[in-house]
Amino acid sequence: MQSRVILDHKQIALIIDRLCYQITETHKDFKEAVLIGVQPRGVDLAERLFDRFKQLFPDYKIPYGKLDITFYRDDFRRSDKAFSPSVTDIEFSIEGKNVLLIDDVLFTGRTIRSALDALLDFGRPNDVELVVLIDRRLQRHVPIQAKYIGKTIDSIISEKVKVFWQDKDGMDKVEIITEPIINVEN
Amino acid sequence: MSALSTKHLLGIKYINTDDIHLILQTAKEFKEVINRPIKKVPSLRDLTIANLFFENSTRTRISFELAQKRLSADVINFSASASSVKKGETLLDTVNNILAMKVDMIVMRHSSVGAPMFLANKIDANIINAGDGTHEHPTQALLDAYSIKEKVGELKGVRVAIIGDIRHSRVALSNIYCLTKMGAEVMLAGPPTLIPKHIESLGVKVTYNVKEALEWCDVANILRIQLERQDIKYFPTLREYALYYGITKEILDSLNKKILIMHPGPINRGVEISSDAADSPQSIILDQVENGVAIRMAIMFLLAGRSFT
Repeated sequence: MQSRVILDHKQIALIIDRLCYQITETHKDFKEAVLIGVQPRGVDLAERLFDRFKQLFPDYKIPYGKLDITFYRDDFRRSDKAFSPSVTDIEFSIEGKNVLLIDDVLFTGRTIRSALDALLDFGRPNDVELVVLIDRRLQRHVPIQAKYIGKTIDSIISEKVKVFWQDKDGMDKVEIITEPIINVEN
Repeated sequence: MSALSTKHLLGIKYINTDDIHLILQTAKEFKEVINRPIKKVPSLRDLTIANLFFENSTRTRISFELAQKRLSADVINFSASASSVKKGETLLDTVNNILAMKVDMIVMRHSSVGAPMFLANKIDANIINAGDGTHEHPTQALLDAYSIKEKVGELKGVRVAIIGDIRHSRVALSNIYCLTKMGAEVMLAGPPTLIPKHIESLGVKVTYNVKEALEWCDVANILRIQLERQDIKYFPTLREYALYYGITKEILDSLNKKILIMHPGPINRGVEISSDAADSPQSIILDQVENGVAIRMAIMFLLAGRSFT
């Protein structure tokens, strides 16, 4: 197993700043905007963005929630994985709001498709925009695109992209992990 | 710890503490779901579940049906009184005929002890025991454990008194297994005729003095006198039972602490518990009912997720 760092903590800090400014550019005073992190890994990015927003724009009040999509997944009963749900915590109404849906890696798009289903059970938002740290652009299974992207990468399916966060994993970095190809022919 | 160790939920005796932890933890997320404006998730939309009630039930049956509908499963209901069971069909034939119509999961209540275990050996579908005779009622024990954990914070070290008709109660037996597995202490109280001999071997204390149990415990789970299962007289009159073993507001107020009052329902007001005690702020009887839906959603979700592979 080989791993390669594609983003280090400096680059991630820059990206978070850039995403904050880009989002601010479209949403101006954040009157109608809400941040929603997708459980479990999207919440880490959402929290970082939320904290940075508070530092950059202390006057804006942005509601922030967490959304768990376990019960909405389309691979339930279709894969060997066992699913354990995380907390959903949305203390505000999303009716008519501009939702910024936040996840760490956009890959097949199926997680976000499930997240949209889950989100709509809380009301009808005015619009939903997707924020991701990494966009693996070549492997989409459903027609879903992110509006705010930290970094776009080209990777193959057998590779894994892992995001590490300071709070949880001890450091900020993004790695591509490649499983060695084993030739079984004699 | 993210999959159940079993394909069926036949009784608490047959599952381990990891399973119980997983069910309680999953139920917590489902409780959040059933308090949303839209209380429904699509998890089990490709499943059909049959509720086979060979014995009467209100709460458990409605609770299971609501849980199934909130998981988007298709539901069929069956009650023995309006079925071919009356014409002499055997249990296995009835169930096999229902399964032939492509049913994935069976929820069953039956008056015979071991009926769900018998079926589990014969058929492929997941089976959930919704009460078998005087044996087990696992979903009730799990929702009781959840309700205690929700109010007290944890189960380890909590003192729970189970009071009343222990002999005929499947709720009592499942609760004993569940609470002792989770590290809680259990004391049984009631008339000597209604407490089975040697039940101490399950790791519980026994007393025939209700006041003593109430003074000892943090939580009192009060059981109904099951007259329908009593073939002989176990005590002289209901009035005498109420006098010696009934829980009243006065007894609760005479204790030097506030204990939680639970009851699996249906309540016989004025017999095992008085109205003012059942409706007091200490009572979490209606919380139990609410939690029942979340627990049953969690169990069906976890069993379904496991069965595919």
